[in-house]
Amino acid sequence: MAQPRVRVPKKIKKGEVVTIKTLIGHKMETGLRRNKKTGKKIPRKIINSFEAKIDGKTVFKAVLHPAVSANPFISFTISPDKSGTIEFIWTEDGGKTFTKTAKFEVA
Amino acid sequence: MSQTEQIEGVHRRSFLIAGVGGAAFATVQLTPGVALADKAAVAAAMKKAIGDKKPVAGKVSIDAPEIAENGNTVPIGIEVESKMAGGDAVKAVHVYAEGNPNPEVASFWFTPGSGAAKASFRMRMAKTQNIIVLAEMADGKVYMGKRLVKVTIGGCGG
Repeated sequence: MAQPRVRVPKKIKKGEVVTIKTLIGHKMETGLRRNKKTGKKIPRKIINSFEAKIDGKTVFKAVLHPAVSANPFISFTISPDKSGTIEFIWTEDGGKTFTKTAKFEVA
Repeated sequence: MSQTEQIEGVHRRSFLIAGVGGAAFATVQLTPGVALADKAAVAAAMKKAIGDKKPVAGKVSIDAPEIAENGNTVPIGIEVESKMAGGDAVKAVHVYAEGNPNPEVASFWFTPGSGAAKASFRMRMAKTQNIIVLAEMADGKVYMGKRLVKVTIGGCGG
């Protein structure tokens, strides 16, 4: 289901502001839909938060509501001053998390 | 395809009015017959985020299509004009949809490591409506941006 994908530039110039793109496969079930046959509401299950950390320190955070489209795409910027590792964490309703990391070099 | 796809104009509309969301809209997430937000709901949602602070127009730019062809996935780009330092740093940005079942869409928090107060994502829109963005600055000021996005095929297939 999830398989997150991220685009992080491998080489970043010091002082440069670069765009990070992230995508995770997820239905983002809103809780508003009903089962065709039974008429029962399909329960909500969405990715409700996203966090990016560089070397353990949070650099960007997002809280998502059911209005966010399926397969959430989130893009943001970073401007690191030294090489490091960026970790992405997606949290689903119920607490399950999905993670992905990427390394970058600052020169 | 489902039964309702074969039913012509008027009959399909009466399905909509009857609020039987399931059949025609099983593949999309926003169903008719679901109450959409009103101004009070939007104000309440904003109060949750910024309390009694009064937002001032400015600094926020919202990049969105003038006409969204597919209400299920509308690309939105937010940018807040800021030096990203001192009192002018952007703490958080909150996005609201005036005409969705629930006005809250997303919130983003920035840090000095962000470099810029920019974020992009994709959202569901039930119908033509205003997207409102609040930007909370480090010095406590709140700025606001608003953008009308027309939706032809709403997250409700029609």
